[in-house]
Amino acid sequence: MTKIEAIIQVSKLEAVKDALHEVGVEGMTVFEARGHGRQKGHTEFYRGREYTVDLIPKVKLEIVLADEMVEKVVQAITTAARTGKIGDGKIFLSRIDEAIRIRNDERGESVL
Amino acid sequence: MVCLFAISGLAQTSGANAAENAAQSAQIAKLEQAVADAKSSGDNAWMLTSSALVLMMTGPGLVLFYGGLVRKKNVLSTMMQSFALMAIVTLLWALISYSLAFAPGNSYIGGLHNVFLRGVGAQPDPDYAATIPLQTFMVFQLMFAIITPALITGAFAERMKFSAMTAFMVLWSLVVYAPMAHMVWGKGGWLNASLGGRFPCLDFAGGTVVHVTSGVSALVCALYLGPRIGYPKQSMPPHSVVLSFIGACLLWVGWFGFNAGSALSAGSLATSAFVATHFGAAAATVGWSAAEWWKRGKPSALGAISGAVAGLVAITPAAGFVSPMSAIAIGLAAGVFCFLMVTKVKSMFRYDDSLDAFGVHGAGGTLGALLTGVFASSAVNPIFKDAQGRTLASGWLEGNAHQLLNQLVGIAIAWGLAIVGTVVILKLVDITIGLRVPEEHEMQGLDLSQHGEEGYYWEPAA
Repeated sequence: MTKIEAIIQVSKLEAVKDALHEVGVEGMTVFEARGHGRQKGHTEFYRGREYTVDLIPKVKLEIVLADEMVEKVVQAITTAARTGKIGDGKIFLSRIDEAIRIRNDERGESVL
Repeated sequence: MVCLFAISGLAQTSGANAAENAAQSAQIAKLEQAVADAKSSGDNAWMLTSSALVLMMTGPGLVLFYGGLVRKKNVLSTMMQSFALMAIVTLLWALISYSLAFAPGNSYIGGLHNVFLRGVGAQPDPDYAATIPLQTFMVFQLMFAIITPALITGAFAERMKFSAMTAFMVLWSLVVYAPMAHMVWGKGGWLNASLGGRFPCLDFAGGTVVHVTSGVSALVCALYLGPRIGYPKQSMPPHSVVLSFIGACLLWVGWFGFNAGSALSAGSLATSAFVATHFGAAAATVGWSAAEWWKRGKPSALGAISGAVAGLVAITPAAGFVSPMSAIAIGLAAGVFCFLMVTKVKSMFRYDDSLDAFGVHGAGGTLGALLTGVFASSAVNPIFKDAQGRTLASGWLEGNAHQLLNQLVGIAIAWGLAIVGTVVILKLVDITIGLRVPEEHEMQGLDLSQHGEEGYYWEPAA
């Protein structure tokens, strides 16, 4: 099993969700996040005082999948979330040892 | 000799009488003046209060109502549009637009007699309101001129440049609002019912002038600008119905100034308009909620407050002409009608009237203006009189079917002027400034891209 963590532009969430449903992903967890990579922030003014906001609103998706789904899903996310500009986000993959369904103690890939 | 004495005595007596009479006349004149002053003070107190109430409808009423309905990245820009109009329209009113609306002119637009508010002082103008300073009348009317364009902002919410919005609204105030206000309420206006217009259209507080013009212009804006990116596929629910809720309640209260203030005095006509306003709003709340409950299984909070606003819109032209029972009928009709406009018609034609400025104000205003011609009662307000001063029938239910035609003429002119004026202005602003923000800015939200601020500044919890 693999966990996909994708950090994307807030405005791309709808498109990514649609793309994921299309390739058969049935569940996901979404977080509102703040952060930055190479993308610079922006400045805001409050009564003439300048504030630099470098932690930009992002959305983070977490999805745990059976390994054979992973490439397809990564493809779907990158295609849907890409604008080609700095700030499009990143995807991280990591191994998952076990999955347990709380309702009935079921274990393994069938939980996903 | 005796005779002479008698005559001189008589002369003396009559001299005393004349002095007494003169003193009495002076006394009566003084009392009359005191009564007039008292009435003037009473009327003026109510009209100043009403003016403040109508301003409160825009800020914070409409500001909160619209602010809550947009996504949170656009809350400030949406609030700012209405608030900016509170300032911009005010300056414009002082410079020229009051004069274009209310100075003597031709049947369509006022002249330049009152530019820079020349001649607008403490003296009343009996044609408009005999008991309040003309300056009070001017400032009361100003509050209407502010909220009308502010209503339109609901149609292009979340996608129009701030610069384009201000340019559009300045032109709109001059090209659409001023002539419409002059035609319906101004001296010599073509549709003026109380000052001898060619087609006397009954519009007590602005069903055509305020709601039809703004609502129809809103539709034109929505069609011209096109939908927001992602509409209608992506859901764009209100970010805070709580804000909208407070805004709608403030609108309801402010509307008493709008409608009862339009009596331009503090007498029984103001009471009648006040009562009709309240009953209309209540009935429309029930009408919308019942329709929604029946169609969707639940009466929503947003539905209830939208219903109230729809009722207030529809009763606006009728308040001051109709009985409380008629107000309830108008309110019920408006609640159900606007519910259908917003839920069915909008999705049928797929235009993105983001905050339903047309569905509520255009549709509700048109319905209300029409129903005013049906329900207007000469017992409530004897507006039409024959040459001998006898009261004539007002509305259709009293046998004056012709009034429906007059209402239709008023509605048609408001629609026509709004459509033509808005299209021309949009075109002009589009080729000079450009109407829409770039796609990137729309995605980012107008608060940041247009104003460099956020409504809800994020900081990590301490």
